[in-house]
Parts: sequence; structure tokens; C-alpha cells
Amino acid sequence: MSEANASATRITPGNALRPEDIALLDTKPSDAVAQYALWLGDDALILAQRLGWWISRAPELEEDVALANIALDQIGHARSFLTYAGRAWDKTEDDLAYFRREPEFRSVHLVEQPNGDFARTIARQFVVALYQWELYSRLVGSSDPTLAAIAAKAVKEVDYHRDHSIQWILRLAQGTDESRRRMIAGLKLTWPYVEELFTDYPLVDELGDAGVRPSTLREPFDAAVRAILVEAELEPPEVPGSVGGGRLGRHSEHLGYIIAELQVLAREYPGASW
Amino acid sequence: MTTTAIDAGSRANHDDAGEQQFNELIAQDSRIEPRDWMPADYRKSLTRQISQHAHSEIIGMQPEANWITRAPSLKRKAVLMAKVQDEAGHGLYLYSAAETLGTPRDKMTEDLIAGKARYSSIFNYPVLTWADIGAIGWLVDGAAICNQVPLCRASYGPYGRAMVRICKEESFHQRQGFEILLELANGTPEQRAMAQDAVNRWYAPSLMMFGPPDEDSPNSQQSMLWNIKRFSNDELRSRFVGMMVEQVRALGLELPNKEVRFNEETGRWEHGPLDWNEFKEVLAGRGPCNAQRMERRREAHEEGAWVREAAAAYAEKQALKHAQAA
Amino acid sequence: MTGGSTTGDDGAKAPSSGPQEPRAAWPLWEVFVRSSRGLSHVHAGSLHAPDAQMALRNARDLYTRRNEGVSLWVVPATSIITSDPDAKDQFFESPQGKDYRHATYYTKSEGVKHL
Repeated sequence: MSEANASATRITPGNALRPEDIALLDTKPSDAVAQYALWLGDDALILAQRLGWWISRAPELEEDVALANIALDQIGHARSFLTYAGRAWDKTEDDLAYFRREPEFRSVHLVEQPNGDFARTIARQFVVALYQWELYSRLVGSSDPTLAAIAAKAVKEVDYHRDHSIQWILRLAQGTDESRRRMIAGLKLTWPYVEELFTDYPLVDELGDAGVRPSTLREPFDAAVRAILVEAELEPPEVPGSVGGGRLGRHSEHLGYIIAELQVLAREYPGASW
Repeated sequence: MTTTAIDAGSRANHDDAGEQQFNELIAQDSRIEPRDWMPADYRKSLTRQISQHAHSEIIGMQPEANWITRAPSLKRKAVLMAKVQDEAGHGLYLYSAAETLGTPRDKMTEDLIAGKARYSSIFNYPVLTWADIGAIGWLVDGAAICNQVPLCRASYGPYGRAMVRICKEESFHQRQGFEILLELANGTPEQRAMAQDAVNRWYAPSLMMFGPPDEDSPNSQQSMLWNIKRFSNDELRSRFVGMMVEQVRALGLELPNKEVRFNEETGRWEHGPLDWNEFKEVLAGRGPCNAQRMERRREAHEEGAWVREAAAAYAEKQALKHAQAA
Repeated sequence: MTGGSTTGDDGAKAPSSGPQEPRAAWPLWEVFVRSSRGLSHVHAGSLHAPDAQMALRNARDLYTRRNEGVSLWVVPATSIITSDPDAKDQFFESPQGKDYRHATYYTKSEGVKHL
């Protein structure tokens, strides 16, 4: 079997794809596809960074384990997307994660939002998971086999994240008066950042069938959200959407702190290997 | 062989036949199960040991979790998250084992937060550099494994079974720590210095994890008679030192203690003097991080109360709804 | 906030409920894992969860982190009925001495194939 065939086998959807496998690919993504992989990879990376904070601080030990699982899945997706993006520019996942500056990140404002209390984290998880599930469900059919393979693994994992957040939305919304108050507050704080997820930036036009047009995900996302909110006896928050701009490198004020912490050690020892 | 916490603890009354059977089982090196009769002291001593062990896993998450957001590569970040998550899991296995003796987890947590329960002193030392994450995996987890492998055969069934699962999972913890140090030792001069500094700081505290010298360890004797403990503190410490002497060479680093040697006569590894005063101080709550660790545990528990209450209230409402629908 | 994390909890914090408020301890569940198709579910351990649905999910997170299972059972610990340890002598006496229930009891057929 030739090297090329071996690579093709490695990225067969259904096999658990690892970033190490992607690094060995001999295909390079186009610049547009690589940029798109940064979008998805940065979302997952920043979310994992946020969720990682909860480990050792969750409301119950079982929940420490659950949130760590979700964070681990996200860091896995981030590594795959960033590794693939890096193939376009001869960079590694770590070059991209640790040595880009704030405006070079492509994450949406939603994943940059603070953890807040558990309800706010769950509200953020709810939106991210439902969005990622719609996205990856479609990306499985991407004309780019690597993106399709990453999505094939991710969609199964994100399906569980969706379920996790829904279980908690129901419990917090219908648990005690206090939990309901906090759940409503958490959703309200989260909702301004929903709109950005579905904005079609110009890059989308260059992707063809390799990517998924964000605006087309809005309808199924809204329907899924509505169904859960009805079940939880909650109203969708009525708050103005925030402008966003993460895909263009214009971030929330939070990101600077997040990447300062993320990158501090790697940047103190440039060129070192860990 | 049903072992639930619910029905444990109900058979503490004295019972001659029960005592005879307990003694026979111990003499045969068999296992005691939750619903068997057991001496009150056996129950008490085990509850103390297992809950301390569980608390250590849970408090032990903190010093490492502090580095999750700063891990220097994405692979290391994932490994560290998985490791800290394992520790939560290990705490859960151990709390479950302790619960079969009749003390609910909530009570154990309350005791920890109230400062009535102990946890391993080692977690009261600060984790100052990335190399410390390596040293913790290699030395601290290494010492823990040395301690824990014989506990897989502890006479109390649920404890032994929890330890089997933990030991199986923990083997990756020590290896990842060793790998971190190896990478640093072969890295830049600064990285190498960072690794040596971490080994210097964690070496003595990890040796003290085995507990005080045998002549100064009052609980050990009874624990060994009950087949909970299988080897003395000094025996295990010596075994550990022997392994570290080998492994530190593979790292290309040095143990800070130059007096380490193998004593042909006693068949034991000897190490230089350890500062047992410091050990006692840290144990008594005067270590560098005791207050910080307790504060964080208390905060997580108290801030989680409304979430736990909400989930319990929801479950109650749902159960009521189903009952009415039926 | 401890630990100096800048990505930490800077969101809304309501006054924490002190220990004087009622504690809602989650009940205990026993977890059984089927490690692969064709095998029985085997007792793996226990955990706490507010209800059956969360118990299943917690069991998934806790007991199948390393690919240990393809199916899970969770059972409320209070639902397990156990034999009486005080009566175990009587309870388990009958099969003692009935060696003829075991194949090894029949030695005359030794050496005969496929038997």
C-alpha cells in the first residue's frame, strides 16, 4: 500500500481519527479550507480552555468528570482542525495555538464568554452544542475528506454534549426557584452571542462544498432550541444580538486574558519542545 | 454479594459467631464484605483510611488542575485533563467503598470541609513550574502506586476492588510524568534546570508519603494484623527509593539526596534524613497551601449546593408527576 | 476565587447557601457494565445521581472512560435485595456435599473422547 493510500485509509470516517493521523496526511488544504478549519478549531480550543477551569470546581464530583469529558472532546476536535489547518502553512497545531496573536484567532465571542455560575456555563454549552451538532451533521458531507472525517467523529461526541446540556437545562429550569432564576439569567447573558454563529462571512463563498454555510444552520438550530425551551417552560431571551466579528479577528475583551494564560509558558520558552 | 451503603453499618453490635467468623476470614487471608460482622475498630479504622484516601484524590486534583489552562502543548493539555479527571474518578470509587461501611459521602465531605478529616500532606505543597507536573506524576504518583498495589489485596473487599481499578488506571499517570521530565531533561538548559529543581523539591515530600518511620507509626501494627496494610512504611519507602535510583538515571537527572545507598545487610535502600518536623507541621495544617486547598474545596461544594438541590427537587417533581399519571 | 486563574469564574455570584440550609444528597446507584456484546453486565461500582437519567449519564462518564462498555445498567442501591448474611449457613448448605452435580464427580469416563 502506498503512503497516499495509507493516508486515505487513516481518514476513513468512522475510524476514530486522531490529530497524529492528520499530521501525516500528504494532502494540503487550500488556504480557504485552512482558514475555515481555524474557525472551527479555535471555537473548540477556546471552549475547552474555558471548560477546563471547571475541573476540580464542579457542583458535584460526577459533574467534574462529565465536564472534563466534554472539555477533552473539544480539545480533541481543536487539535484535529488546527493540525489540518497547519498543513496549509507548514505549521503544527501548537504553532497555531501558542504563537498566534489575538487578532489571528478566529473564535466566536460565544465561546470566549466567562464561565459564570454553573447555569451560565450550561447556557453556553447548550447553544454551542446545538450549533456544533447542526454544523458537524452537515460537515460530514463535506467535499473535503479530512473535514468530513473530523466531523464524523466530532458529531457523535457533540451529540452527547447536547444531551448533557439539555438534561441540565431541564433540571435547572424546573428545579428550585433559585435554579430557575439563575438559568434564566444565564440564558440572557448568553443570547447576545447566538447571532454571530450564523453570519456568512466572505470566506464562506470560497469554500464551495467543503464548508457549511452558517446561515443555513439557523433554522434547524432555532427549531431545536425552541423545542427544549418549551419543554423547560422557558422563553427565548429577548435581548439584542451582539455584533460579533470573531471570524475576522475582532474579539471580545475576554480573549486576551484567555490566550495570555493559554500561551504564557510556551512563549516564555520559544523553540522549546514539551 | 450485594453491597450497598444503605444496609451496611447495621450489624455493629457484638456478635460472638460473627467475631469468630471475622477472625477466621482474616486468618485465611480471605475478604470481609460490607454485610459481614466486623469489629467496630476495623470499621472505624477503614472508614478513616479510605475516606482520607478519597479526600487525597479530590484535593490532589487542585494543584494539577491549576496547570490545565497553561499546559505548554495541546497534547499535554489533553493528557493533564484526562489525568485530573481520573483523580475525580478515583475519589468517587473510594468514596463508594467507604460508603459501604455506613458513612454517606455527604458526611465525609462535610468532615473534610470542616477540617475534621485529613488528606495526604503532599498536596499542600505548591506546584510552581511545569516540571512540577512531571515530578508529581513520576514521584508522587510513583509513591502512591507503591503504596496502592499491596492495597489491592486489602482484607476489605470493596476497598481492594476500588484499588484494583485505580491501579490499573494509574499506570499512565506515572508514565506521563516521567515523559514530561524526560522531555525537559533533554530540552534547553533552562528546561533541564527546571526539571532538576522540581525533582529536588518533590523528592523528600514523596518519600514522606509512606508515613512516619515504623517505630513511630502507631496505627500500622493493627492495620497489618487486619490484612489491610501488607508492608510497613519503611519497607515500602525502601522499595520506592530503589526504583527511583534506577529511573533517575534514565532521566539523566539526580536525586537531591547523596546518601542514598543499598544496605546489603538489611536488604533495604537507605536514604538521607527526612525532616519529620516539617511533615508534622504540614499535617497539622501549617503547610504552604493547606488553607488555599481547603478554601477551594469548600467554595466548590458550597457554590454547588444550589445545583445539587435543583437536581434533587426536579427528580422529586418528576417522580410525583409519574406517580400521578399512573 | 483561588488559584489565580484569569479564565475563571468572573460571572454572577449569588450568596452561597450555607450549611444551615437543607442538604439535598443525591441517592446512591449501583452500576453494571457490559464490556462487549455476548457478555453479561457485571457490577462495576456505584455513584450518586439525582435521578435515573443522570445516573446513566454519570455512569457513562465514570465507568466507560476507557472503552470499558457497550451497555450500562443503573439500579438504585435501595432496590437491591440481598440474602441475609446471618442465615448464610442454612441458605447455602444444601448444595454442599452434592458433588454429583459436577462433571468431575464422574471419573470412570476419563480418557473417553468428546465426553
